[in-house]
Amino acid sequence: MIIAERKPLNEIIAMVTDAKRILVLGCRGCVTVCSAGGEREVGILASLIRLGKMKAGQQCEVIEATLVRQCDKEYVDAIDQWDGRYDAIVSMACGVGVNFIANLRPCDKVYPAVNTTAFGGSAEQGVWSEQCAGCGNCVLHLTGGLCPVARCAKSLMNGPCGGSVNGRCEIHKDVPCIWQSIYDRLERTGKATDMNRIAPIRDWSTAGHGGPRKTMRNDLTI
Amino acid sequence: MAFVPNIQAFCCHYTAQQSCAENQGGLIADGFPANITVNRLACGGKLEVTTLLKAFENGADGVYMVGCPADKCHNLMGSQRAAKRVAAVKQALAELGVEPERVAMFHLARGLHPEFVQAGQQMHETVTALGPSPFNAELSSSPAQTKLMPSGYKGGAQ
Repeated sequence: MIIAERKPLNEIIAMVTDAKRILVLGCRGCVTVCSAGGEREVGILASLIRLGKMKAGQQCEVIEATLVRQCDKEYVDAIDQWDGRYDAIVSMACGVGVNFIANLRPCDKVYPAVNTTAFGGSAEQGVWSEQCAGCGNCVLHLTGGLCPVARCAKSLMNGPCGGSVNGRCEIHKDVPCIWQSIYDRLERTGKATDMNRIAPIRDWSTAGHGGPRKTMRNDLTI
Repeated sequence: MAFVPNIQAFCCHYTAQQSCAENQGGLIADGFPANITVNRLACGGKLEVTTLLKAFENGADGVYMVGCPADKCHNLMGSQRAAKRVAAVKQALAELGVEPERVAMFHLARGLHPEFVQAGQQMHETVTALGPSPFNAELSSSPAQTKLMPSGYKGGAQ
């Protein structure tokens, strides 16, 4: 899923300083799972915005709502039901949701309430870690299922580097060296000789270095 | 006229049981501040961040939670969860430039009635010293607010 975390409160309140009617809009997708922008977080942020406005002596109406997703036109169109009742939308979805609202509602002011940080999963309750970089050219079949692009600090394709010490990355002792983990997994599965293979110079154009990426499925388009 | 703070106390069923049994009149006779409204929850784990924030929205000058000792919660983790939510509200108040001391967590053993009264007195003293909530001060000088969404917390016992 996409991992996000709420921006500092004062940053959000500064975005809506001039707004008197605010639609705080959550998403039931990834940001609900990572507790950044679901229905519960919408309630908290709406309350905090109201309190911030009260402290500043400003009148404010806050609508709380959560869409099924903010990355599909069909769901974003549901915002029509609040037409004329808000000056600004504060989206608690990931950056995709904010972009979709901006794309589909050209006259609406929309602001991000969260920082979109990574593709990852829940390592334990309340902890999420990056697992995938969305680079567009997956090599997990060569690396024991562990991603060197997302999980190596240098995104090395032929690791480990000289900074790997006792299975830990040189950037922090709590960060495992993913190339050590890759080697350990390959050895356990009888494929340690795969480490001798030299990965060629990589074409990063699929990783967004060639501009915004677009996926099209002719069997699905209408 | 002396400032009398509006304080909302949220108490888990187990820590508040004996205190509530003798009703508000009995508590006040024992020295429990009359300006504290006791809201009983089934468990500290039921406490939501929004419950505390709504209390401030509804005019509270101070808010506190009384739950079981952290390592002896009747429902194992309830009071630990409550403490984390109180801590989250403390941080939010600090971000808003409001004294974090306006919200507090107390861990009390079940049935210790004098300690329950003392927690109320301590909170009363703290909030009285802090003065009116900055949220309330500004609200009184502004026209009445209109909220399109109803508040989840209406105040009073639960």
